[in-house]
Amino acid sequence: MQCSSAATMLGAYLDGELSPDQAAEVQGHLGSCLNCSSEIAEIARLQRSLRSARGYFAPSAEFRRKVQKQIARPKRRSRLIWLVPVGVAFATILLTTFAWVEQGRRSAAFTELADLHVNALSSTNLVDVVSTDRHTVKPWFQGKIPFSFNLPEFNGTQYTLVGGRMVYFHQHPGAQLIVSLNQHKISVLIFQNSMDLGRTFLEPAVLDRRTSFGIETWQSRQLRFVLVSDADPAGIDNLARLLKQAND
Amino acid sequence: MDPEFFEKLAMPLFDQLFNLAHWLTGDRTDAEDLVQETYVKALKGFRSFEEGTNVRSWMFKILRNTFLTSRTGLKVQNTVLLEDEFDGADISAHNITPEVLVLKLENSHSVMNALAELPIPYREMVLLSDMEELSYKEIAQILAVPIGTVMSRLSRGRKMLRQALLAGSTGRSTHAM
Repeated sequence: MQCSSAATMLGAYLDGELSPDQAAEVQGHLGSCLNCSSEIAEIARLQRSLRSARGYFAPSAEFRRKVQKQIARPKRRSRLIWLVPVGVAFATILLTTFAWVEQGRRSAAFTELADLHVNALSSTNLVDVVSTDRHTVKPWFQGKIPFSFNLPEFNGTQYTLVGGRMVYFHQHPGAQLIVSLNQHKISVLIFQNSMDLGRTFLEPAVLDRRTSFGIETWQSRQLRFVLVSDADPAGIDNLARLLKQAND
Repeated sequence: MDPEFFEKLAMPLFDQLFNLAHWLTGDRTDAEDLVQETYVKALKGFRSFEEGTNVRSWMFKILRNTFLTSRTGLKVQNTVLLEDEFDGADISAHNITPEVLVLKLENSHSVMNALAELPIPYREMVLLSDMEELSYKEIAQILAVPIGTVMSRLSRGRKMLRQALLAGSTGRSTHAM
C-alpha cells in the first residue's frame, strides 16, 4: 500500500468506516510507515479536540421559548379556530331557543291567566264568596290557600269588590278576586311566588295587550299579583297601586 | 406523523441544531434565523416523516438545505470547491509531527478558531463527523453525496485544519520571537 492511497483512508480507519479487508491493509501499512503513523496520531488528536465544538454555541432561553411557542401554537390555535364559530353558533342557538321557549312560556302563561279571567266572568257563579266587604272576603280564603294577603279599602274609590273564588294556576292554589270598575271587571289573581312563577313573569311589572286583555303583574314580598282585565290600562294601573300599598 | 408528536421529537435537538447553525453561519442572529426556519419547515413537512427514520439526520438535512438557500449559503455554493477526488498528496510533508503542532492540536481554543476559518464544504463535513459523530452513511444522506466523497472531503478537511494550525502556530511563534 502506498502512502498516497492510505492518506484518505487513515481517517476512515479511525472512524471505523473501512471494510475489514481495507482496515487490515491500512493496519499493515501503519506498521511500516512512520509518516502515516504520525499522521493518524495527528488526526486522532484533532478529533479529540474537535469534540469541544459540540455545545460550543448555546441558544438563549428566550430564543428557545420563541421557537417552542411557534411550533406549539399552530396546532392549538387551529383547534380553537374552528371551535370559535361553532361555539358562537351553538351559544346563539341555545340563547335563541331559550328566549323562544321563555317567550312561549310567558305567552302561554298570559293566555292561561286571561282564560282564568274569562272563565270566571262566563261562570254562572262569578264568585264563591259574594261580598263587597274586604273583611268578609279575606277570611273566606283562610284554610283554602297556603298564604294570606291584604286588601285595600275600596270605599271611596272607583273600584267595587264583587267577591272571590279559588283558582289553580300550574297546580298552584291561588285567590281570584273580582273587582268591578264601572262596567268592567278586573281579576286580581294572587299566588304564592315560586321559581316557576318568577320565571314566567319577569320583573318589573308588565302590561300585556296582546290578548286584548290588559295584564299587569308584580311581586310583593312572597306573593305574585296578576291583574287581568279589559278595562283601560290606567284603571288597571290604579288598582295595582292600591294593592301594592296594601301589601307592602 | 402526528404534528403533536413533532415538539417531543424535535425540541430535544434544539441545542444541537443551534450549535450546528452557529458553526455554519458564524453569526448568532443568522443561526437563530436558520434554526427558526428549520423548525417551521420541519413542522410543515412532519406528516411525510416516517417513524423509525433518524430524526436528527432528518432535521440536520433540513437545516443544511435551508442554510444553502440562505444568503450566506448561496455565497458558499458559488465558491469553487477544491477537487473532491483530491488524492491526499502529502501537503504537510513531514515525518514527525512538530511539537508545536501537537500542542496546537490539543488546544481546543486554537482548533475552534481553525474550524471557524475552514471553508464551509469542509467545515460541515468535519462538524457532522467529528462533532456530531455521524456515520459516513448518514453524512452521505444528509449532504446527498456518495460515501466516497464524504471520505475524501473529510480527509481533506482534517488536513486543512492541521495545516491551518501549523501555519497559525509558526506564524505566532515567529511573532513571539
